Amino acid sequence: MSDFFTFSDPNVRMVTLGTVLLGVSAAIVGTFTFLRKRALVGDAIAHAILPGVCLAFIVTGDKHPLYLLVGAVATGWLSLLSMDYLSSRTKLSTDTAIGAVLSVFFGAGILLLTTIQHSGSANQAGLDKFLFGKAASMGRQDILVFGIVAVLLLILVLSFFRAFKVVSFDPAYARSIGLPVRQLEFLLSTITVLAVATGIQAVGVVLMAALLITPAAAARFWTDRIQVMLLLAAAFGLLSGLFGSWISYSAPAMPTGPWIVVLLSLIAIVSVVMAPKRGIWARIRLQKSNARKMLLENILKTFYSLGESRQQFDMEVNVTELVTKRPFDSKSLRRGLHQLQRKGCLIKKSGNTYQLTTAGIAESRRVVRLHRLWELYLTERMNYAADHVHNTAEAIEHVITPELEAALLRELGHPILDPHDSVIPYQATQNKKS
Amino acid sequence: MNTAIETHNLTVAYNRRPVLWDVDFKVPEGQLIGVLGPNGSGKTTLLKSIMGLIKPSSGYVRLFGEDLDTVRSRISYVPQRESVDWEFPISVREVALMGRYRKNKLLGRLSKTDHQLADEALEKVGMLPFADRQIAQLSGGQQQRVFVARSLAQQADLYLMDEPFAGVDAASEEAILTLLKEMKQAGKTVLIVHHDLHTARQFFDWIILLNTRLVKSGSTESVFTADNLKQAYGGQLTILSQVSELIKDREFPMRERSHKDQPK
Amino acid sequence: MNAFWIILTGALVATSCGLLGVFLVLRKMAMIGDAISHAVLPGIVIAYLLAESRAVLPMLIGAAGIGVLTTFIIEFLYQKARLQVDASIGITFTWLFAIGIILISVFAGQVDLDQDCVLYGEIAYVPLDLWITEEGQIMGPRPVWVLSGVLLLVLLLVTVGYRGLKITTFNPEYAAAIGVSTVFWHYLLMSAVSITTVVSFESVGAILVVAFLIVPPATAYLLTERLNVMLALTVVLGILTSVGGYFLAVWLDGSVAGAMAVISGCLLFLAVLFSPTAGVLTRRWREQALDLPVQGYNDR
Repeated sequence: MSDFFTFSDPNVRMVTLGTVLLGVSAAIVGTFTFLRKRALVGDAIAHAILPGVCLAFIVTGDKHPLYLLVGAVATGWLSLLSMDYLSSRTKLSTDTAIGAVLSVFFGAGILLLTTIQHSGSANQAGLDKFLFGKAASMGRQDILVFGIVAVLLLILVLSFFRAFKVVSFDPAYARSIGLPVRQLEFLLSTITVLAVATGIQAVGVVLMAALLITPAAAARFWTDRIQVMLLLAAAFGLLSGLFGSWISYSAPAMPTGPWIVVLLSLIAIVSVVMAPKRGIWARIRLQKSNARKMLLENILKTFYSLGESRQQFDMEVNVTELVTKRPFDSKSLRRGLHQLQRKGCLIKKSGNTYQLTTAGIAESRRVVRLHRLWELYLTERMNYAADHVHNTAEAIEHVITPELEAALLRELGHPILDPHDSVIPYQATQNKKS
Repeated sequence: MNTAIETHNLTVAYNRRPVLWDVDFKVPEGQLIGVLGPNGSGKTTLLKSIMGLIKPSSGYVRLFGEDLDTVRSRISYVPQRESVDWEFPISVREVALMGRYRKNKLLGRLSKTDHQLADEALEKVGMLPFADRQIAQLSGGQQQRVFVARSLAQQADLYLMDEPFAGVDAASEEAILTLLKEMKQAGKTVLIVHHDLHTARQFFDWIILLNTRLVKSGSTESVFTADNLKQAYGGQLTILSQVSELIKDREFPMRERSHKDQPK
Repeated sequence: MNAFWIILTGALVATSCGLLGVFLVLRKMAMIGDAISHAVLPGIVIAYLLAESRAVLPMLIGAAGIGVLTTFIIEFLYQKARLQVDASIGITFTWLFAIGIILISVFAGQVDLDQDCVLYGEIAYVPLDLWITEEGQIMGPRPVWVLSGVLLLVLLLVTVGYRGLKITTFNPEYAAAIGVSTVFWHYLLMSAVSITTVVSFESVGAILVVAFLIVPPATAYLLTERLNVMLALTVVLGILTSVGGYFLAVWLDGSVAGAMAVISGCLLFLAVLFSPTAGVLTRRWREQALDLPVQGYNDR
C-alpha cells in the first residue's frame, strides 16, 4: 500500500494522473450541472453512453479509446436531445422524460453488451468495466485520449467561465444582454457529455452522476461564491481520483467506481454537517447562541423593570424577585446569571443576590429601548393595537441590530414615550441627533 | 353577528421568512369576504393557515368558534388553479365527486346521494354537459368552475377560495359570481383571495386588507379609504422587511417559546 | 416451456411495477422511483448474508423499511440540510447503491449475487429456480410465486387505495384540507415501490425495474386521458413488452431484461409519434389539415 504513494511505478503515476484529471474535470463541469439543477440529466447521459460504447465496438471491432469516445458522445448527445424533446413536445414531465430515456438507453446498452459478450468475440473482454469503472485497467492510449479531453474541458470551462455563469443562473437575462445563449448552452451540454464520457473510465456509467454532482454539492455548503465552489469541487474531485486509483491498485478485483462514490459521499456528509454557515451543526450552534442571547437579555430586562419603578438600577436584587417578575426556569436562570457575571454585567453580592454593573445597566437600557421602540413602530407604522404589541416585541428586541436601531430612531423621530407611556431609555450619547 | 372566522395574533413564516405578523380579525357569517393586498402580502398564506396547511409560529384560528378539526366538514377549500396539473387523466365528474370524499370514508363506496350531489353541483356551475369530458380539454374558466363544483359538493358552510377569478373568461366569471350571491342568500360564508381592487369593491361585503400585517378588516366602504389603500399598496415597510430577512438569515424564532398565544 | 416462465415472470414484474409507476409518473416522482430501486441494493445484500434460506417475509419487510429510509434521507437532505432536490436524490441513491456493490464484491463468496447481474438480472435462470415442497412436489419457479404474491398486494393497494392515491396525486393541498394525510399515502406508495423493486431484482435487476416503473405508464399516459384506462393500458403494454423483449433477446442472444427495456422504449416512441390524441405527428397532421400553426407543449 505504501508502495503506491511513492509513485515509483510509472504505470501507477500515469493511471493516477489519469484518474485525477478525470475527477477534477468531472467535478468542474459538474458544478455547472449542479447549478443548473440538472443532476439527474447527467445521470441519464451517463447511462445512455453504454450503448454508444458497445456500438462503437461492434462497428469497429476495436476497443480503441477514440472510437469508444465517439460512440459515447453520439449516444450521449442523442439522449440529451431525446429528453429535451420528450419534455417540451409531449405532455410528459421532465422527470418522466429523464427516467424513460435513462432506462431505455441503458437497457439497449445492456442488450448490446450481453450480445457482445455472448458472441465470444476475442476482443470484447473488459468492455463491462464501463459499468462500474476500473481505473487500473486504463492503458497508455486510454489515458492519453481521455487525459487530453479532460484538459481540454478544463480549458474550455475556464475560458467561458463568466458566460457559463450567467447562462446557468439566468438565461433570460443572459439573452437580454446579448449573449448567444443557445450556442453557449450547446457548448455546455457538449462539455458535459464529454466529461461524462471520459469520467466513466474511473467510475463507470451507473455511478457517474455522483462524480459530477457530489463534489459540487459538497462544495456548495462551504461557500456562496462560485469561484471558490469550483476550486473546492475540483479539490474533492482530485481527492476522489487519487483514492480511486489507489483502490484499483490495492484491490484489483474491486471496481473503482463504488469506492470513489463512497468517498465523495462521505465528503458530502461531512460538508452537510460541518460546514461553517450552511452546515447543520453550525445552524444548531447559531440557534443555541440565539437562545443564550435571548435569555441574557431577558434577565437584564427584568433587572431594569424591577428598578424602573424606583428609578434606581444599581440596587441588589434577589433571585426570587427575578422569578416573580418573569417565570424563568431556575436552571437556565442560574446559567444566565453566571454568564452575565462573566461578561461583566452583574456582580454577585451574596448567596442569591445580584447587582447590575454600569455596563450591565447600559446593556439593560439598550434591550428595553429596543423593545419599546419596536412597540412604537408596531403601533405607529403597522396598525397594531397597543395591547397587542408586547409579545412580538419580546421576540424582535433580540434581533434588532445597531443599524436597524438607528433606522428606527430616524423613522420614528427619536420618540420619548412608548405606546404604554413608558419612557424610552436612551444612552447619553444618543440624545437628540438630527 | 355570528363569527365565521376569528384569528388571534396569527403569525406565520413561509420558508422561514415571516409572511404574516400578528394578524387579528373577526369576520361575520353569511357574507362575501374579500382578502386583498399586493403580491407577497401573505394572502394565500393566510388562507392556508386558516385551513391548517401551514402551521403558524404563533397565534390561532377559530372557525365558528371551534378548532379546525372539529368543524372540518363544514369548511371547503378551493386551492389556486395552478396548484393542479390539469393534464391529470380524470373527468369533470370525477373532480366533482372528490367533494364527497371524506377523510375516513376514502375506502368505502360512494352512495347514490354522493353522485347526485356531485351532479347537482356541476349543474349549478353549468358544467353538467361536460361531466364526462377529460379535464385536460377544458378552458381556464371551465376548470375554475369545476373546482367550484367540487367545493359545492362538499356542502360546507364556509368556503375559502384562492383567486377563483384569476385568468377566467367573462362568462365563467359571471357564472361563479351569480353562484356566490346565491350561496350568500343561503346563509353561506365565502372568503375569497382576490387580486383586483376595482371588482373587489363591487363583489364583496367585507374586506380583509393585508400587507404582511393586517391593514384593515371591515365592511367594504370602511376599508376602501385612501389612507388604508396607501398603507396596503404603498410598498413594503423597509424596516419590517429588513427585520424579516434577519429573522430568516439568523434563524431567530418569531416568538419566544413562552409567548406563543395559545387559546385559553 | 422455459419461454413461458420467462415471459410470465417479465409480465408479472411489468404489471406490478407499471401499476405503481402510473402514480409515480403522475406525481412527477419518476426519478424517486429510480432512486429507490437503486437504494435497496445494500439491504438485499445484507438480507442474502443474514438469511440462509431466502425467507420472503423478512426480506419484504426489510425492503419496505429501506424504501421508507431512502425517502426519509432524501427528505432530510432537501428540507433540513436544504440541498436542492435533484442533488438530494442523486447523492442518496448513488451512495447507497455504491455501498451495495462494495458489499457484493467484499462478500463475493458468501452472496449469490453478481455485481453486473444486479443491473440486469438473470431472468433466464428463473425456470431453474424451482420451489420444491417437502414432499418433493415441484411447484414451479419460486420467483413466479413470489412475484404473484407481490402483484396481489399491489392490486390490493391500487384498488382499495384508488381514491386515496388519486386525490393525493391530483391535488395534495385539497386532500390535506379535507384531512387526508398526504404523508401517509406518499410513504405507502414508496414502500410498495421498494417491495416490488426488491422482488424484481433477481429477475430483471435494478436499472430495468426502472424501465418497467416508468416507460409503460408514460406510454399509457400519452394514449389516454382516463386514469383507469391508463392503468389497464400499462398492464397491456407491460405484457407486450415482456413478450417482445423475450423474442428480441433470443434473436440477438442478449440480456432478456435489456431487450424488454428496448421494446418498452419502442412502444413509447410509437406512442409519442402516433398517439391519436397526443401524438406529435398526429397532432401535426390534424393541425395542418385545419391550417393551424403547429404548437409545442410549453406554449399552451
